[in-house]
Amino acid sequence: MSTLAITPDLIAQHQLTESEYQKIVEILGREPNYTELGVFSVMWSEHCSYKSSRLHLKKLPTRGKRVVQGPGENAGIVDIGGGYVIAFKIESHNHPSFIEPFQGAATGVGGILRDIFTMGARPIAVLDSLRFGPLDDPQAGPRNRRILQGVVAGIAHYGNCFGVPTVGGECIFEACYNGNPLVNVFALGVAKKEDIFYASAAGIGNPVIYVGAKTGRDGIHGASMASAEFTEESKQKRPNVQVGDPFLEKLLLEACLEAMQTGAIVAIQDMGAAGLTCSTCEMGSRGGTGIEIELDLVPQRETGMTPYEIMLSESQERMLLVAAKGREDEVFRVFRKWGLDAVAIGEVTGDGLLRVKQHGHTVAEIPNRELADEAPIYNRLHVESPARPLAPSPPQPAIDPTYALTTLLASGDICSKRYIWEQYDYMVRTNTIAGPGADAAVVRIKETGVSVAMSLDGNSRYCYLSAREGARLAVAECCRNLATVGAQPVAATNCLNFGNPERPEIMGQLVQAIEGMSEACRFFETPITGGNVSLYNETLGEGIWPTPVIGIVGLMQTAAPMTRDFKTPGRTIFILGGAGECDEVHFGGTEYAKVVLNELWGLPPALDMDYEKRVHDAMREIVAAGLAESAHDVSDGGLAVAVAECCMGGVGAALSFESRLKPEYLLFHEGSSRILISSAHPQAVEEIAARHGVAAERAGLTMNYELVIANRNATLISVTIDSLKAIYEESLETRLR
Amino acid sequence: MKFGVIVFPGSNCDHDAWYAINHNLGHQAEFIWHDSATLGRVDAVILPGGFAYGDYLRCGAIAKFSPVMAAVRQFAADGGLVLGICNGFQILVEAGLLPGALMRNRNLKFVCREVRLRTETLDSPFTAAAGLGQILRMPIAHGEGCYVADERTLDELEAEDRIAFRYLDNPNGSMRDIAGILNSRRNVMGLMPHPERATEPLMGSSDGLVVFRSMVTAAAMADEPAALQI
Repeated sequence: MSTLAITPDLIAQHQLTESEYQKIVEILGREPNYTELGVFSVMWSEHCSYKSSRLHLKKLPTRGKRVVQGPGENAGIVDIGGGYVIAFKIESHNHPSFIEPFQGAATGVGGILRDIFTMGARPIAVLDSLRFGPLDDPQAGPRNRRILQGVVAGIAHYGNCFGVPTVGGECIFEACYNGNPLVNVFALGVAKKEDIFYASAAGIGNPVIYVGAKTGRDGIHGASMASAEFTEESKQKRPNVQVGDPFLEKLLLEACLEAMQTGAIVAIQDMGAAGLTCSTCEMGSRGGTGIEIELDLVPQRETGMTPYEIMLSESQERMLLVAAKGREDEVFRVFRKWGLDAVAIGEVTGDGLLRVKQHGHTVAEIPNRELADEAPIYNRLHVESPARPLAPSPPQPAIDPTYALTTLLASGDICSKRYIWEQYDYMVRTNTIAGPGADAAVVRIKETGVSVAMSLDGNSRYCYLSAREGARLAVAECCRNLATVGAQPVAATNCLNFGNPERPEIMGQLVQAIEGMSEACRFFETPITGGNVSLYNETLGEGIWPTPVIGIVGLMQTAAPMTRDFKTPGRTIFILGGAGECDEVHFGGTEYAKVVLNELWGLPPALDMDYEKRVHDAMREIVAAGLAESAHDVSDGGLAVAVAECCMGGVGAALSFESRLKPEYLLFHEGSSRILISSAHPQAVEEIAARHGVAAERAGLTMNYELVIANRNATLISVTIDSLKAIYEESLETRLR
Repeated sequence: MKFGVIVFPGSNCDHDAWYAINHNLGHQAEFIWHDSATLGRVDAVILPGGFAYGDYLRCGAIAKFSPVMAAVRQFAADGGLVLGICNGFQILVEAGLLPGALMRNRNLKFVCREVRLRTETLDSPFTAAAGLGQILRMPIAHGEGCYVADERTLDELEAEDRIAFRYLDNPNGSMRDIAGILNSRRNVMGLMPHPERATEPLMGSSDGLVVFRSMVTAAAMADEPAALQI
């Protein structure tokens, strides 16, 4: 196979352009052979090289006083004090999850978990950001339901068996995901600071050791698949999706962490996208060294595999490590205990080359640095998206607010996701203080008395209207979610899901989203320590809406969690931040516009970041002082939905306003910087809010049985809690039947 | 008192049991690797939750062949206390130390939630510290927790007062709402809910401590037979 002639067709099949091919010839000083062409094609794929986004990703803030490791490693690392660090990252597995939902999602979880424990950290939490087409879509509904069921079962299968709790996330439905669902998986692990491992090959003559599952023909060209649009033929790519084995990964986790303790491991990297190719050349490139391997030594599941296949296989549950020469046996002993393959397949060299041999003959020889880090970088043409209409057309009639509220509570985006998260073991390891359904998930670090709060947020409707504003709002909401449970945001990771970057409008969305995210992350002091870009999310020329997802982690002292539900009748309900303002232009991106009116127009809600931050500071102080009995961020669906959600524990509320806003604006606008609190100490809450210069608007009292909302003495909403709860809790399962 | 926590490849609640015993119960726990031929000096054995051997073939079907299981059998035959939690319950059933079988949940989905259990007997070293009929809150997290047995076995369990816990709201289709059972000698108990995940207020419940405290009391009494007879 290696002698296969390199034709323009073959180059095009590898999704390499003519100029990229010329650059390869330049680097090698000769024509590549077939194996080398394959190796370059995966490393220079969009998925691995970030060639369209890299130029713009440089705008993101990546440094902070707690940041130990920023982008460029397998995961970002943040110091949490007490001698401990956390490692975390988010990654997409969108394309595989569309082709084969169960295995696509399962291996998405497996991949990100390896990224965490390859750094020496034990994974302690997973969150998922999921987006599907509507479950009741006239054409795509049945398929969307099947994809959701498959994705959820896949995540459950992998995470539950591995023994990591899936503690939160989000699940949103839009028609733009009919042909391109999004599965973004976030994982976080914890390690002692001195136990961090890096993927930088050092020490000439040190053995390169392959551990874990055997290599098969599965997943060849997965990275390239993830870098192309979907066509009718994509279904034929099902064999490109890997198959996961969470049991093997669990053994790999325990064996790796135990082997790391021997002190015999110099560097370690998982084999994820682009498999053996990526792990060898990246470790070599980071260390400024060469790596030579003999493919005959690679454990193989099938016979007759070519160098091309072995190098490009994406078989799961494999790791590559560099050990200290002479101490191999200490490593082998640990892996033998766990019943895993561990084989020296080569060594670190001083020539900077990735040299691949088979049967003793060199079958590929490429400089590591050029292969891993010198993929072409493109400054692709990007243009502003056209402005969206500023008003709905035709003008919308008034709708009964109680009807609107129940419609919203039953909608896919807002209804309870209990049906999904009850399939996840969200408490294994007994660290979960706040699990799924909370504003932010909170996991304690038993060793230090500190807890880590995590939230994932993204709003593609906002981003469709303005990618820049949408990205800023996502960061603000994510930080607000953390503040609501009392945590201080410290760092972030991002997953940028967009369409085809070769289209200037899509590229424009990407650039603006990065700039918006950049600005907000700088302001909220949440540097991005790593992440993932997923482009070409298009099917048959139809791109998804811009969907930047942000994951932010925060820290707090371990304590009983602040929760959403009202606890006691007769407490004062506050809107910290105030009821807010809204006009027609800023109402067009709301869930009300989407679900009740079936419209989309105008601009996302306005955001004053300075005010937003002061609201967070006030909230944290209120939580720390023990003044709030419940707290919940006001976001999708606005005030009425947020209040209704707070009632789901069985305690209701009576709210009254003296607002000039139209009823639907007052109840359902999604203006930022607002948190609902119930408190037995209203004056103390007001004092804190005043000190931070933010409004704490008294909106009413908690009470039994009912939710009543009035404005200027006119009752807008009056409904029993039981009826709201039935709608909210049962909607998703009903839709999936 | 010293608890031995068996670690099979794929056990993933081993640390949780260890933590609950050491930190929340205030006793000692140590891990016992699955290929160990002996248990060492322990007063009770816990088979923790997880997915031993990936739960391939059938939950617990491979784990029962682990070398350590011979020692567990002997320990049980000698009257030692053996507690199987979740996957541990499945292993005990596969190993024949408890009757019946655990099948896939009625709705065929994994389920993780807090459930309420009614304590059905106080006549056991795992429940003696509870009140009769006491309702305990603890979590479940399993895909195959539907307890089944033939009618005769079920009748026998009831007649011999060997049902330790029943679900108040049956989450998985278990026959006669059974959540946990005892062997006929009453020194082996298996249950699907996780008492180790309910051992401090931050976990949402401390009710699981009842099980471990009962075991501590029983073990202490076994150590002092003379005192007992007086």
